[in-house]
Amino acid sequence: MKTCSVIAKICLLVTFSLLSACSKDTVVVLPDDDGKIGSVAVKRVWKKVELNKAHEVTQLAGLASTEILPMNKTEVEHTFAETLAATPVPPVSLNLYFKEGGTQLMPESSPVIEQIFKEISKRSVAEITVIGHTDRVGTVQENDALALKRAQSVLKILVERGIKLEAIDAAGRGEREPLVATKDEVAEPRNRRTEINIR
Amino acid sequence: MRPKHFITTFCLVLVVICFTISVTHAGGIGQVKNMKGSAFLERNRNQVPLKVGDSLQQADKIRTGLDGSVGIIFVDNSSFSVGPNTVFTVDQFAFDSTTHEGVFNTSLRQGTLAVKSGKIVKQTPEAMKINTRSSVLMVRGTRFVVSSGY
Repeated sequence: MKTCSVIAKICLLVTFSLLSACSKDTVVVLPDDDGKIGSVAVKRVWKKVELNKAHEVTQLAGLASTEILPMNKTEVEHTFAETLAATPVPPVSLNLYFKEGGTQLMPESSPVIEQIFKEISKRSVAEITVIGHTDRVGTVQENDALALKRAQSVLKILVERGIKLEAIDAAGRGEREPLVATKDEVAEPRNRRTEINIR
Repeated sequence: MRPKHFITTFCLVLVVICFTISVTHAGGIGQVKNMKGSAFLERNRNQVPLKVGDSLQQADKIRTGLDGSVGIIFVDNSSFSVGPNTVFTVDQFAFDSTTHEGVFNTSLRQGTLAVKSGKIVKQTPEAMKINTRSSVLMVRGTRFVVSSGY
């Protein structure tokens, strides 16, 4: 009985090893939207290789093969056509800027607002986060309150034009995450903003 | 009568709090953004057809049919497209939206994926891992495709 179970275990182990030895992986790094090339380290049994050139491929067949080969663009696009076609619309981040000390938007905001609605409509389900920020004039507490008010004022614009409240998360980060680092009590228009992330 | 009333209220409040917490958690780690053909979600041993807008949780398994494909964006902005005839599992996911630190472990049992890594990898290179039957991919960013099979 005992021998049987040991033999069974060995058989199972051998089967698993054979299965993973037979399995074949293909990894191809690609340039992203900014043209930056991907980098992936592939670990297989005891070997590790790094892929970091566009259209560089490892065809991982055999137990420990880590051979690096090229694969041209057409071949990648053909092999992965349906998968690449399922790529979701990438997330975007837009900023709306405010006049000093309050929730009044800068006059140049309206095209950005239109852009926000255009981005939302590109997606069948959009998740939106609205994050308010301030410059460093005033106390931390005052700026926390102001940042939240700014986020809520943007949330109101979105909801008034038909975006569902459940799709939006609003929060304030006060003066903690300036776009431009300044000393305390410095007025900086670029930091008086609300970030709208659309995913 | 009064202490009993208090206990009832307390329990009720506790239940409401627990419910709220679980609902917040069910907010999920990612969302199905687009799909084509047949695809299924396996969660707690139940299999249901997947649909656009579905929220994903840790330990979810996605299976696509021969005609199926699914696009997902996770809360760290990483994007996964799951190709046809694929079995893909999100084994472990954690993301701190303030520090951008996190863990992201997935498995590709068979099929294809097209991936663009997000904030987790930007903060901590190689914090995203994809396990296939025979290898481990440690992602340093950002775009790549992978297929696994026999």
